[in-house]
Amino acid sequence: MSSKEAILNRIKKNRPSSTIDLPNTDILHTKYRDKDKKFAMTLKSVGGKAIWLEDNKSVDEFIAENYRDLDIIVSTYSTHNIDTPHLLENVDLAVIKGEFAVAENGAVWIKNPKNRHRALYFLATRLLIIVDKNSICDTMHEAYKLIDFSRAGYGVFISGPSKTADIEQALVIGAHGAIEVCVLFV
Amino acid sequence: MGHSEKASKFVANSERMHWHDKALWFVREKRDLAAHQLDEWEELRRVASEIKSHTMDRLDYYLEEFEKNAKQKGLHIHWARDAREHNEIVLNLLLAHGAKRVVKSKSMLTEECHLNPFLEKNNIEIVDTDLGERIVQLRREAPSHIVLPAIHLKKEEVGKTFEEFLNTQKDNCDPTYLTREARKHLREKFLTADASITGVNFAIAQTGGVVVCTNEGNADIGTSLPKLHIASMGIEKIIPRLEDLSIFTRLLARSATGQPITTYTSHFHAPIEGGELHIIIVDNGRSDILSNSDFKESLHCIRCGACLNTCPVYRRSGGYSYGYIIPGPIGSTLGASRDLQANKTLPFACTLCASCSNVCPSKIGLHNQLYKHRQNVVKAGLLGAKKRAILKVTAWVMKHPLLFDFMGLVVRKIVPILPRSIVYSKANVWGRNRELPKFPKKSFKELYKERIK
Repeated sequence: MSSKEAILNRIKKNRPSSTIDLPNTDILHTKYRDKDKKFAMTLKSVGGKAIWLEDNKSVDEFIAENYRDLDIIVSTYSTHNIDTPHLLENVDLAVIKGEFAVAENGAVWIKNPKNRHRALYFLATRLLIIVDKNSICDTMHEAYKLIDFSRAGYGVFISGPSKTADIEQALVIGAHGAIEVCVLFV
Repeated sequence: MGHSEKASKFVANSERMHWHDKALWFVREKRDLAAHQLDEWEELRRVASEIKSHTMDRLDYYLEEFEKNAKQKGLHIHWARDAREHNEIVLNLLLAHGAKRVVKSKSMLTEECHLNPFLEKNNIEIVDTDLGERIVQLRREAPSHIVLPAIHLKKEEVGKTFEEFLNTQKDNCDPTYLTREARKHLREKFLTADASITGVNFAIAQTGGVVVCTNEGNADIGTSLPKLHIASMGIEKIIPRLEDLSIFTRLLARSATGQPITTYTSHFHAPIEGGELHIIIVDNGRSDILSNSDFKESLHCIRCGACLNTCPVYRRSGGYSYGYIIPGPIGSTLGASRDLQANKTLPFACTLCASCSNVCPSKIGLHNQLYKHRQNVVKAGLLGAKKRAILKVTAWVMKHPLLFDFMGLVVRKIVPILPRSIVYSKANVWGRNRELPKFPKKSFKELYKERIK
């Protein structure tokens, strides 16, 4: 008997016979009057910042103004000709497309099927995540309605910079991943 | 050595005990603050509990669903009956890929399987990459908490450890400095790793993928560089639908540390380019717990650690006093289910205050389980002779109301006039650090009778 069969047989023998229906996950939940404000506040509380791009400005101009001194800037559109993720080791700024933002927890959903190396999100010292300003939802209940994994792929929620409190509960921003995270709404 | 003997070592340093207690209470308070911000908190707990109950009732079905959908996405699935088989699978995968250096991110399951010593014996370098885990690994210690592995250590001790292993500045124990040094040290490990191993927070039957949650980004960075990713999961990590995550991601970090969500919530449904993702489904005693209606709910645990943070015993006795891989209320019930004889004192490391059950995001009746384990300890004849005798006498007295009244009267009259040296003699363990309350003149029964006259 294979281990799979052995395990499944044991489960079948042991599992309870009562059956509780799978509950509805779309429960009555918190909605925010001002989702922009809630998102910005929450992201700030977890160490990141949210900025709304001025109407007459382009993303390039924003980067030129705010990240003037950085050497290596890589975007999710420019990873296709980088052969190994290890080459992204010293990226100063990663410019990433985010699909939508979640007001309740300051997270942004990132999937980018065309990005060749997910390592970009974690190796870069700073993240600039670009999100459509009309794509902020209230909670994870709305968020998971927007996510699809019918096909293989990788996706991640990122909420602020990498952090740890493993030494005496003292919060330190910048554990392994990004030290700075800015979500730019356009 | 039982829990109370090990705990007595920890409480011997009273300053440290209070420091530990306060550090964890701080986390518990953050959890409260986060939970109270959501009107639907109790609804979330109810739904989480129902999803888990439903899933356990059809666990075989959902595991097979998961396997089918994961394979369809090109992921590899392995099944392991026990720790030994799990470790063999990991080793064989590593050998087949020629992997010598492995980075691991926090997984209590691999602790349970004692994977690290096994791989080290087979000449594989395995580096824990969660900062707290790395600290205890360098010190050759086990995690003392499931979410905060180094909560028992002071920054000075971490500083000393880093001085020894990472050549940090002498006597510099600034947490930011130490974290930055660890970042450099672990970056190098990530970039040179041949394979990564992670735990699994949730495995989604419907989509055939796994979700891993971290704040540091160690699981995320670790799995995005080397070609081989091995994810180890207990059979109970399965959830039926992707949308179930809307419930669990709202509960997990709030319960654990009071954060609205972990910094990174990675959804793996594919390996990196040119890589392989292997998922090992491990039983290791879990299916036995399923058959016991008193304890099966302990499989609903999502390992948030809230029950540890709130437990008055855990906070004051530290993780090592339990002597089981997982400490605190959830560890006490899992340990007792696994091996009652070896863990017979754990159900008693509890005041039955029920705070654990009240904070548990998936509504496990932890204190009820510990109470039932106690009865099983007694039934199995595993209770110590002294405790057994005391309980027997107490039960006998309580069954005889007249005798009980008489003894109460005698105690109320005699104890207040006895000399201190007798009342607080060695036999009075309770009174070692406490003062007895003032004895009342009359019993509750007498007062009650007077009132209704």
